[in-house]
Amino acid sequence: MKILGKFFGAIGRYVMLLGKVFSRPEKMSIYYRRTVNEIEALGINSIPLVAIISIFIGAVITLQMALTLESPFIPKFMIGYATRETMFLEFSSTVIAIILAGKVGSNIASEIGTMRITEQIDALEIMGVNSASYLIMPKIIATVLSFPLLALFSMIIGTVGGYIIAMTGVVLPAEYIEGLHYYFIVGEITYSLIKMAVFAFLITSISAFYGYYAAGNSLEVGRASTRAVVTSSIAIMISNLIITQLMRG
Amino acid sequence: MIKGEHLYKSFDGRTILEDISVEFEAGKTNLIIGRSGSGKTVLLKTLVGLHEPDSGSIYYDDKNYTALSFAKRKEVRRELGMIFQGGALLDSSTVYENVRLPLDMFTNQSSAEKDKRVKECLARVELSHAGHLYPSELSGGMIKRAAIARAIVLNPKYLFCDEPNSGLDPQTSIVIDNLIHDITVEYNITTIINTHDMNSVMEIGEKIVYIHQGKKWWEGTKEDILHADNKELNDFVFASAMAKRAKKSL
Repeated sequence: MKILGKFFGAIGRYVMLLGKVFSRPEKMSIYYRRTVNEIEALGINSIPLVAIISIFIGAVITLQMALTLESPFIPKFMIGYATRETMFLEFSSTVIAIILAGKVGSNIASEIGTMRITEQIDALEIMGVNSASYLIMPKIIATVLSFPLLALFSMIIGTVGGYIIAMTGVVLPAEYIEGLHYYFIVGEITYSLIKMAVFAFLITSISAFYGYYAAGNSLEVGRASTRAVVTSSIAIMISNLIITQLMRG
Repeated sequence: MIKGEHLYKSFDGRTILEDISVEFEAGKTNLIIGRSGSGKTVLLKTLVGLHEPDSGSIYYDDKNYTALSFAKRKEVRRELGMIFQGGALLDSSTVYENVRLPLDMFTNQSSAEKDKRVKECLARVELSHAGHLYPSELSGGMIKRAAIARAIVLNPKYLFCDEPNSGLDPQTSIVIDNLIHDITVEYNITTIINTHDMNSVMEIGEKIVYIHQGKKWWEGTKEDILHADNKELNDFVFASAMAKRAKKSL
């Protein structure tokens, strides 16, 4: 009962925080500038991590498929097809989102949490600035815009990784390319990008929530950061199931 | 003038402030003194609205701040400046950007006008050379001075300082104290300073309120404090053996 009370209390505070975040900004020009900075900090700076993980996972999926689908009854182009489906439908959105929850989510929670315990948020409030909106809204807009592009980038890099492995001889590159084209539906990319936009919102808002309500000392900031990553990951999984059921079920 | 009437505040059932009524005068340096944990910071944060009092009223001149709507409170807050214990400068911004932020947010001045005002404030606190530095690159005294520059950039009517001398050496403390006092007189601000530094009390205290165990225990001037007949206050003011000897010789 106590746990349920805490859970619904946290949901209530989260919704109230979102209400504060999306209230009318004091000065649009400042929010615009902050959003551009956040796109660089949270989106562009994540490109190397996404690239490294995607190229290796694309390569490994292709290799695994080549080893698993070794049968005269299964055409070789299915290796490219399976790589594409895995990357486009789940890896480049869901798995990358979980990785970004670790990188970006913990960064947001610890940054805002540190601002809380060093009274920087109080200082903004005293100035008359809506601290929630000033700090969190640009981050949410930045990630909702940039994370789907990271997902798209991951899809491209992942299939390139698979192609590199194909060139080593596990499958003919032409057959791999044929598999990538096989029964290709643009809607799969749209589905993946929509998922990623939702995940971006969840990661950023949940992480900001834990940071914003951090209290005490640096240990609490660390705990807030851990809770942000764990809760964001669970939220990603639940929303993935719901979105998949709604869009593809 | 800032006035608190019958203020009560508790956290998790623990009473921190108990029936505090106090008035701080305009154009004066008002000090709240007391031991660590006496409720000074909670009182200051309650007066500025960072904590909501459980009961009681706060007045800024003729406005009942506690009865104001959120939007109206924001208007009052734009007339406040506050210097936090650790400075509370935004880590991701330079000193110049920190001082300029209130101007960017709340004025329609041209960029040149804002630039002029920021430079004036930085010059006033002798930080003209440090505008490009980040808070992590500043000394403790410079952080406090940058925080003062940010607090005065919008010409506030009320200035709050939470332990402005904490972590500073005695000489730098006096520089900061005098700077706050001079600004108070120059702009005719109502200034309230939280401190437990007796040097500050004797240097700049015009009105002093002593808080003990969440209650207002004593109030008076720095001249009165030396002759006060109040055990708790005397224990606090003349805490060291040397101060006790000095008290006896008074």
